[in-house]
Amino acid sequence: MDFVPHTPQDWNEMLREIGFSSFEDLTRQLVPKDVKRAQYEIEKGLSEYEVLQLLKSKADLNGTVESYDSFLGAGAYHHFIPSVVNALASRGEFSTSYTPYQPEASQGTLQAIFEYQTMMARLTGLDVSNASLYDGSSAVAEAALMAMRVQGSGDRILVSETVNPQYREVFKTYLTATAEAIVEIPRRGGVTDFEKLEDELKKGATAFIAQWPNFLGCLEKMEEAGKLCKRYGALFILVAYPIALGVLKSPGELGADICVGEGQSLGNVLQFGGPSFGFMTCRKEFVRKMPGRLVGMTKDLDGRRGFVLTLQAREQHIRREKATSNICTNQSLNALMGALYLCVMGPEGFKKVSLLNLKKAHDLADLMTRVPGFSLAFPEPFFNEFVIRVPMNPEELIRRMQKKKIIPGLHLKPFYPDLDDALLVCVTEMMSDQKIKHFVEKLAQEANETVEHGKNSF
Amino acid sequence: MEKTLFELSKEGRRAYSLPGEDTGPFQSIQVIPQEFLRESENGLPSLSELEVVRHYTHLSRLNFSIDSNFYPLGSCSMKYNPKMNEVAASLSGFAKVHPLQPAHLSQGILSLLYELEKLLSEISGMDRFCLQSCAGAQGEFLGMLIVRAYFDSLGQKRTQVIVPDSAHGTNPSSAHLAGFTVVSVPSDAKGHIDSEALEKVLNPDVACLMLTNPNTLGLFERDILRVAKDMHKIGALLYYDGANLNPLLGLARPGDMGFDMVHLNLHKTFSTPHGGGGPGAGPVGVKAHLAKFLPTPVIEKKEGEYFLNENLPDSVGRVRSFYGNVGILVRAYTYIKALGKEGLEKTGQAAVLNANYLFSKLKKIFETPFPGPFMHEFVVSAKPYVKHGVRALDIAKRLLDFGMHPPTVYFPLIVEEAMMIEPTETETRETLDAYADLMVQIAREAQNAPEKLHQAPTETPVRRLDEVAAAKELRLVW
Repeated sequence: MDFVPHTPQDWNEMLREIGFSSFEDLTRQLVPKDVKRAQYEIEKGLSEYEVLQLLKSKADLNGTVESYDSFLGAGAYHHFIPSVVNALASRGEFSTSYTPYQPEASQGTLQAIFEYQTMMARLTGLDVSNASLYDGSSAVAEAALMAMRVQGSGDRILVSETVNPQYREVFKTYLTATAEAIVEIPRRGGVTDFEKLEDELKKGATAFIAQWPNFLGCLEKMEEAGKLCKRYGALFILVAYPIALGVLKSPGELGADICVGEGQSLGNVLQFGGPSFGFMTCRKEFVRKMPGRLVGMTKDLDGRRGFVLTLQAREQHIRREKATSNICTNQSLNALMGALYLCVMGPEGFKKVSLLNLKKAHDLADLMTRVPGFSLAFPEPFFNEFVIRVPMNPEELIRRMQKKKIIPGLHLKPFYPDLDDALLVCVTEMMSDQKIKHFVEKLAQEANETVEHGKNSF
Repeated sequence: MEKTLFELSKEGRRAYSLPGEDTGPFQSIQVIPQEFLRESENGLPSLSELEVVRHYTHLSRLNFSIDSNFYPLGSCSMKYNPKMNEVAASLSGFAKVHPLQPAHLSQGILSLLYELEKLLSEISGMDRFCLQSCAGAQGEFLGMLIVRAYFDSLGQKRTQVIVPDSAHGTNPSSAHLAGFTVVSVPSDAKGHIDSEALEKVLNPDVACLMLTNPNTLGLFERDILRVAKDMHKIGALLYYDGANLNPLLGLARPGDMGFDMVHLNLHKTFSTPHGGGGPGAGPVGVKAHLAKFLPTPVIEKKEGEYFLNENLPDSVGRVRSFYGNVGILVRAYTYIKALGKEGLEKTGQAAVLNANYLFSKLKKIFETPFPGPFMHEFVVSAKPYVKHGVRALDIAKRLLDFGMHPPTVYFPLIVEEAMMIEPTETETRETLDAYADLMVQIAREAQNAPEKLHQAPTETPVRRLDEVAAAKELRLVW
């Protein structure tokens, strides 16, 4: 199939109108003859029904958070998404419009982004927000680049080892050409080693990046980190999990200068990791150094309120190689989903969903640690994710639990070799009390069998 | 004027309902030390569900979109976004898959990505693809990192990237972010890359030339084979910016022209929706000699099982967490499978036909810096109307009054009063005729009643907005 609307008659008449008798004549004039013509080895096209059957057959091969009780988090979270979110975000007027360069024809997108910016700024306790970035990982990299612009010298970035390992990798890839040094601050147990942090800050640093809650689920004494950064003149960049901010202190309250993060948990489906959106908020004195699009409120010729892209002089289409970032799009539609989610939740619902996550995760942790051999790896308080040490090979445990339609968590060994006996476990509001109990029962069975098995083998 | 969420908000209203509210009492807040608990309000608005629905429905109606308007923005390929793509991406087996679940639970999606890589390789003439970059600009940046890694592996420190003056702004910006110095080369009088000017800037320090072909003037680079040869002669690489791939579908492949690497904009050529500015996807393809530098992980197949290979010692590293904008990749795959070989060919041809057809109508009323024929887009200039005090921007704004989206204006930078028009293949002849007729009418107004254009638009939800005040007062939040 194809989406070309021309009848054969249209086709021929249009060709004639432009002075050609065949399409080949036209291409001969367009493309030099020594350029090889394409001969795709691609199969014949399918009808809509056939193609959707093909896609369905592939989709059916995947395990989902519906066919498995999944306790995976680690940067992608299964949260409830109100029906309103997709019903509205899938309207063609939102999804099939372009970047709002013609503001008179894009007030819907522009106002929606302005409202998004407002909600994200309030949620993170900072002054301003941009229109969104690609994802959490590139948002961290953009924040570091922004800090380098704000500070104007040094370009020595400190990052805690408790920041999402994939984010740290992306951030290193991004900064490979521009930063002088990237220094990882080691962790002590589940949290950043603040003594080491202070040592490194003393040597002079552009910025320090930490995560709230951190990748291992732990809550660190961020206010202290913020004060240290201030004392030594480094900017404090906090990577935040938005759902946690219903209960936990906002990055603004913690003293962050820039807050970034992954917005997927706000109304976006998992979709194997994307698309979702990255967010960035900051103190207002840094706004001119911010990357990405910004929507501002203004008036039209008749004095009516309206919205426009503003401070575009920072951007690549005007500044070319001198731009604050090479970013050209945001993830507008995903940010719209985030905004829809936030306004459906409202102040009370958002707090409640945050509390539900906190409670259910603690319920599971309590139950799990009663199973012999299972213990929490770290004593620090946590939100909805925690590291648990298990009394058997974690890979083996994951394999066995899958047979029972459970994914017990993420094995941490590839990310933190010293945590080779531990899983990162996440619980959201989607996990019923019954499923939590079921999981622990199955876990206890496995533990028993392992112990029995172990005895027999001696 | 649509009220903001914050004006509509009334304390105590609610739209939410949550699972698991039946769970026991909230004792657990006590497990969190007071110093970590939020003290400030979260500041979200309180609305009923119907209010939320009406608010966003109203907002949506303030937008132009492909679904509701002709939208011929040059270099943006605003083609129809098939609805089947949306159905495919929303299948629960794609939408509800956690990226970190064990690979054998994700065989369906991994096989799709693996096949998509093959399809894009076939279409572009490359050997391997990385599907992770979220947008063209991220693809370009990744491409430039690969260029760096390639020369590092040869023990060479090359510092320059050449970019034609007609290039998209992201090209120089991405090269800069990857640590290169940008060297600009002019176009010749016919709009092609000026081979003499290019020869002058070639030196052993040049790492790469970034090219869009067809270029932003809608012209196929006449000397592309020679340019490729010249670049390779000095050991440099040739990068293909895929923003304008649409007309090459079924016609020619960048890989066969000598390009070493490409990025493709799936949200342009492969019909995924633009979303009001994202999400898109900008996969990067390379020839075999650059494959080992691709970002980690890559999808591979072993004994019938697909897996993510993270063990790539020469890789430039990770460019995105997880595996990119997978939902967009699913849509592009759906589109390519539906079109097949013949559909792709017809798509490329119709894109070219529509552009030339519309040009043949508009050349009578605008200045034409380049005579054509063109590939998928063309540039005309509104210069003849400047003497009436009318500029390209005024024409653009007047089009809005009639529900037609304007072309890209003032780009490329090398044409005065530029209007860059790309109708795409999905528009009917009648729509193109209507656009041309409207342009004729507006051109007449420009001569006889220019104030109509200066006042325009008057039929849109707001009139021209004060952008200076917006930047000065900087009200970015309510």
